[in-house]
Amino acid sequence: MNARRDAITDETTLMSKTADKLSELVDWIDVRFPMTKMLKEHATEYYAAKNFNVLYVFGALAMVVLVIQLVTGIFLTMSYKPDAEKAFASVEYIMRDVEWGWLIRYMHSTGASFFFIVVYIHMFRGMMYGSYKNPRELLWIIGMLIYVCLMAEGFLGYLLPWGQMSYWGAQVIVSLFGAVPGIGEGLVEWIRGDYFISDITLNRFFALHVAAVPLALIMLVVMHILALHETGSLNPDGIEIKEHKGPDGIPLDGIAFHPYYTVKDLVAMIVFFAAFSGVVFFAPEMGGYFLEHANFEPANPLKTPEHIAPVWYYTPFYAILRAVPSKGFGAFLMAMALILLFFLPWLDRCKVKSIRYRGWTFKLALTVFAVSFVCLGYLGMQPAVEPYVTITRIFTILYFSFFLFMPIYTRFEKTRPVPERVTYDQ
Amino acid sequence: MAVSRRRPGVASWALAMLVVLPFAVPAANTGVPLQAANTDVSNINSLQRGARNFVNYCMGCHSAKYVRYNQLARDLQISEHQLISNLMFAGGKTYEHMEIAMLEADATRWFGAPAPDLSLIARSRGADYLYTFLKSFYIDESRPTGVNNLVLEGAAMPHILWQLQGMQRAVFVEEEHDGTTYAVFEKFEMVTPGTMSAEEYDHFVGDLVNFLEYIGEPIQLKRRQLGIWVLIFLLVFGLLAWALKQEIWKDIK
Repeated sequence: MNARRDAITDETTLMSKTADKLSELVDWIDVRFPMTKMLKEHATEYYAAKNFNVLYVFGALAMVVLVIQLVTGIFLTMSYKPDAEKAFASVEYIMRDVEWGWLIRYMHSTGASFFFIVVYIHMFRGMMYGSYKNPRELLWIIGMLIYVCLMAEGFLGYLLPWGQMSYWGAQVIVSLFGAVPGIGEGLVEWIRGDYFISDITLNRFFALHVAAVPLALIMLVVMHILALHETGSLNPDGIEIKEHKGPDGIPLDGIAFHPYYTVKDLVAMIVFFAAFSGVVFFAPEMGGYFLEHANFEPANPLKTPEHIAPVWYYTPFYAILRAVPSKGFGAFLMAMALILLFFLPWLDRCKVKSIRYRGWTFKLALTVFAVSFVCLGYLGMQPAVEPYVTITRIFTILYFSFFLFMPIYTRFEKTRPVPERVTYDQ
Repeated sequence: MAVSRRRPGVASWALAMLVVLPFAVPAANTGVPLQAANTDVSNINSLQRGARNFVNYCMGCHSAKYVRYNQLARDLQISEHQLISNLMFAGGKTYEHMEIAMLEADATRWFGAPAPDLSLIARSRGADYLYTFLKSFYIDESRPTGVNNLVLEGAAMPHILWQLQGMQRAVFVEEEHDGTTYAVFEKFEMVTPGTMSAEEYDHFVGDLVNFLEYIGEPIQLKRRQLGIWVLIFLLVFGLLAWALKQEIWKDIK
């Protein structure tokens, strides 16, 4: 008995000694680096409203996809050859000869599409609940910059497999810069580094895809999170929880990000991985939407495919480009379709943030916007023939109406009273 | 604080977004309807026959330059001896790729176009396309090869399998639409029968297309098997994580 008790006492002392050592180490670090301070600020003492719904997990999921893309991208770079003569074959080498290469490649190609699915839902969530409104305008703009970087990253990466669609897709999109007045032609040549898409273009796209744009993306994501934690997260009721604090200075409706939202996001992440794995393991081509059939044919500069369509996540903008006969005006409209989103915080004149308490005009307008975006995405994949062209024009007008008339229909909006505190029942 | 909660609800919004508008759009004109190849890459016997058909009939002109012979042997359960004596007519090492001796320049001179590499043809064109293509050669004296193909008009490829299938002619009927007369394909008629019956030829082509489907992505069988384990793991992990979430959240009122 005594011997056992001694053993237990020894163990306890040992444990408390280890704990002492550990807290000493933490102190040592905290003097030199704000570790504990940052953990508190961004996790254990960052308070978010307790009434987040399922749409609020997509920000965290976007981070998960970013990590997937960075890690798989690093491993792909180890076996890929950015060389017009070797690129296509090196991708097949990864698919067939590199251990687990197929999995890495499918995760990366599927990740690209999932990045946009997640980001589109994340952005739409922001539009529904007014996450872009005062004081979160910069948060929204940084987010929009991330979106633009993401589109550039996807476009640059799509050239790398050097398939027919890689080549001709790049040809079409790069030539759009020719619509810039005055300097257009020179600009296109400068981007390609050649008179056509060539080995030189492939090399510079590779450099931008694996170094420049990812760096910008990571920096912007850090800024996005810093801006978010400065203003605090909004919630489905569109109420500032900081306005009702307890005596301890903690928002009454707020709960600590860790452990409450880390564990909730963990569940969301697992559900996400299940959907992701469903595609990676059972339908990596996703019927030609994630990996286009024509891209399994090596790039051939002398053979134009009869039907060139970009990957699905660009097609809403591609549809707008094709909606007008003039290439210059089409390119202008396409750019505006993106640029107008940046101005959302100032176009929307309604003081009420969440769609739950906003008037029918905004609900209708947002629905029209969403339906237009999805339909334009579908139309952008179809050949430019009737009746697609006319339908595309109608949806293009609807898309722009959402923004252009926004200052009017939001100013005279009949809103409902916003509650003082968030609504939450479990 | 008695605010009535009549929130739109995520579900109804998601539903509104997913409204599928019924587009009254005509189907794209793809010409001939494709026949279903009904490939099954888990059928090893069919793949073995397909490999035999491929090296005997296709590899005279077509390579499969991303495919290694020994990977073929591993996946198709062929011994090294069988591989060397039955599938590697040109000799070489078993780890080598399935390449051919014909030069692209020669092929272009002889046929007007180089014979494409077939490693990924099933992924770029689809199995049904290949299946229908191989069954749709018909006599056309105006072509240098003496045949044309219903799926790919003016195909440079001669009807390599004519001894097996026989030679058929295509019967067209004239139809009038909006004042213009079109020749619409009606049926094939066998002119010179081949050594195979129609059914045997279908099987022959089916095995071949199955093989092409397999070489397009040799990993596909293992990929699906592994996927099931991954999903099972995620289900278990997900349930545990959900239980943890419920436990941590139980005090939030």
